[in-house]
Amino acid sequence: MTYMPSRRRGELGKIFNDGEVIVQQGDVGEQMFVVQAGKVEVVLESKDTQERVSVLESRDFFGEMALFDKELRSATVRALGEARVLTIDKRTLLKRISEDPLLAYNLLRAMSSRVRDLNNQVSAGRNRTP
Amino acid sequence: MSGLGQWTLGARRSIRHLAADPSPDSDATLSDGSRVAVIGGGPAGSFFAYFLLRLAHTIDLDISVDIYEPRHFTHCGPAGCNHCGGIVSESLVQMLATEGINLPPSVVQRGIYSYVLHMDAGSVEIESPVEEQRIAAIYRGNGPRTAVDMPWESFDGYLQQICEKEGAQLVHQLVVGLERNGDFPVVITNEGTTTYDLVAVACGVNSNFHMLLDGSTSEGKPEVSRTFITEFKLGADAILETLGDSMHVFLLDIPRLEFAALIPKGDYVTLAMLGEEIDDDLVRRFLDSPEVRAAFPADSIPAVCACAPVINVKGPERPFGERVVLVGDAGITRLYKDGIGAAYRTGKAAAETAIVHGISTDDFETHYFPTCRAIANDNMFGRLIFFFTIAVRKSKFVRKAVLRMTAGEQRRPKGRHMSGVLWNMFTGSAPYRDVFFNALRPGFLLGLAKSLAAGVRPPQKES
Ligand SMILES: Cc1cc2nc3c(=O)[nH]c(=O)nc-3n(C[C@H](O)[C@H](O)[C@H](O)COP(=O)(O)OP(=O)(O)OC[C@H]3O[C@@H](n4cnc5c(N)ncnc54)[C@H](O)[C@@H]3O)c2cc1C
Repeated sequence: MTYMPSRRRGELGKIFNDGEVIVQQGDVGEQMFVVQAGKVEVVLESKDTQERVSVLESRDFFGEMALFDKELRSATVRALGEARVLTIDKRTLLKRISEDPLLAYNLLRAMSSRVRDLNNQVSAGRNRTP
Repeated sequence: MSGLGQWTLGARRSIRHLAADPSPDSDATLSDGSRVAVIGGGPAGSFFAYFLLRLAHTIDLDISVDIYEPRHFTHCGPAGCNHCGGIVSESLVQMLATEGINLPPSVVQRGIYSYVLHMDAGSVEIESPVEEQRIAAIYRGNGPRTAVDMPWESFDGYLQQICEKEGAQLVHQLVVGLERNGDFPVVITNEGTTTYDLVAVACGVNSNFHMLLDGSTSEGKPEVSRTFITEFKLGADAILETLGDSMHVFLLDIPRLEFAALIPKGDYVTLAMLGEEIDDDLVRRFLDSPEVRAAFPADSIPAVCACAPVINVKGPERPFGERVVLVGDAGITRLYKDGIGAAYRTGKAAAETAIVHGISTDDFETHYFPTCRAIANDNMFGRLIFFFTIAVRKSKFVRKAVLRMTAGEQRRPKGRHMSGVLWNMFTGSAPYRDVFFNALRPGFLLGLAKSLAAGVRPPQKES
C-alpha cells in the first residue's frame, strides 16, 4: 500500500488521493479503518466487472470484518476524491472491547445497517429481474 | 489560579455528610424523568455525560443531565484551561474514532508522528510504528494567554459541545457543597440547591473540591504531586525547523525531575515537567541543560503562559458510593500518562453502570470498580517501570546502551524491541503491564545485553 502520513498540521490519519486503493479485495486484513474526512467507495470486483456497493463518509468505518475472522478482504475500498482515513489496530480494539463490551455495539450497529442495505439491494434486484 | 478555592468549613461539613449514608437503596436505578448532575465539565465529566445520554437514547430512557462547570473554555490562558501537556494518546484517538468521535483539525493543533528521546549520551528519533499521525497535540482551553483570535478550538470545549448536542445542560456555576436529602444527593451552588438521582464527581484534582471528598463517598482521596507547564511562542515555521512533528522527551540526570517533554502545537510549544515538587530552580536547571539547549533555544523564545497544576499519583480506595460516583482524576487515573484516556475509560464505565445496571453502591462496586481496579493494578507496573527509568537516568553506561540499541533498531523495519518499549512508554498508548512484559522478552533482553556489551569494548571498535 502506498500511503503517506497526513503530515498536515491538525490532520490525524493518512491521506489517500482520488482513486487510491485503501483496502484491496482478496488481501489479508488485520486492521479496521475510520473515515476522518472526504469519501471512500466500496467496490466489489469480479473478473471483468466492478460494482460500487456503497460510499462511506466521515465517521463511517470499514474493514471491520478483519476483526472477526481471518478471511480475505471481501471488497476493495478506494478514495473518492481526497480522503483521510485513520487505522484502528485490531489488538488495541480487542483489548478495549474486553474491558468495555458495549464498544462492540457500535460495530454491530453499523454491520446490521449494512446487512439491511444489502437486503434492500437484493430485493430491489429481485424485483427488477423479469 | 482557577478561582475554585472558595470552600468554607460549612461546605466541608456538608460534603462529609454523604458518608453517613443511612439506608443504602440497593435497588436504585435511573428511570424516565431522573435527574443527573455532573460536577466538573473537563474530559471525565463530558465523557460521562456523553455516554450516559447516548446509552439512555439507545434504550429510550428519558433523563436529564446538568453539567456544572464555571470555566469557559473559550477563554485564553489559565482561566479557560485545565492545564496539561495536551497529548491525546494513540489508543485514545483510535477508540474515540471507533465511538464516532473524530477529532477535527480545528481541535488538533498538530498530529504527532514521532518521539525524539534526548539524553546526555545523544538523541534518537522513534517513529510511529504505523507511519501515520495518530497522536493528537491539543489545547485543553483556547490556548496560551496571548493566543487571542486564533482559529482553533479547545479540546475540553469540543467535548462539551458534543454533550450539549446529546442534550446535556451546561450550568456555568461552581459547586460549593454536596449533601444528602434522604438517599438523594443534593448539589449546592451559590445560586441554590438541587436534588438529583445521581451525581458524578468529575472535579479533577486542581480545585479544592476533591480534598473535601475524603469519607464522603468511600475511603480515601487522591494523592497529588506538583508539576509545571509553560508555553513558548515560536511560530509554526520555526517549530517545523526545530522540533518538527515530534514530541521531544528528555531523560536527564537532574535530581527530582522524573520526566520532561516539549510538545509542538500550532504556533506554540508546550513544556511539561513531572517530578517531585517542581520549583523554579528545577525548571532553570532543566532549561539550562546542554541537551535542552541543543534541541530548543528556550532563552531566545518568550514564555507566554505558565502554571503549576498538581497531578493525581494515587486515587481513592473506592471511588463511589450510593448514587455518587467519582470519575477521571477525582477518582482513579493512570500514573503520569494518558490521564484523558483514563477519564474516557472511567467516565464511560460509570455511565454504562448507571444505565445498564443501577446506581447503588453495590452496582458501582460490581460493574464500575473493575475498570478502576484495572487502572490501579496497571499503575503498579508503571511504578516498576519508572523505577527502572531512574536507573537509566542515573547510569551513563546504561543510557548509552539504550541509545545504541534504539538507533540500531530504527535503521531496520523489524525487531524493534527497545523502540517499541520506549514508544509505548512515552506515548502512554499501551498498558504499563504490556510495556513491562515486552521488556522481559528474550529479544529485548538479548538486544540490551548486546548493546551493554558493545559499551565495554575498547572505544576504537565503536563507530
Ligand atoms: C503537567 C501535566 C501534564 C499532563 N499531560 C497529559 C497529557 O499530555 N495527556 C493526558 O492524557 N493527560 C495529561 N495529564 C493528565 C490530565 O490533565 C488529567 O488526567 C485530566 O485532565 C483529567 O480530566 P478530569 O476531567 O478528571 O479533570 P480536569 O481536567 O481537572 O477537569 C475538572 C473540571 O472540573 C471543574 N471543577 C472543579 N471543581 C469544581 C466545582 N467545585 N464545581 C464545578 N466544577 C468544578 C474544573 O473547572 C475542571 O473543568 C497531565 C497532567 C499534568 C498535571
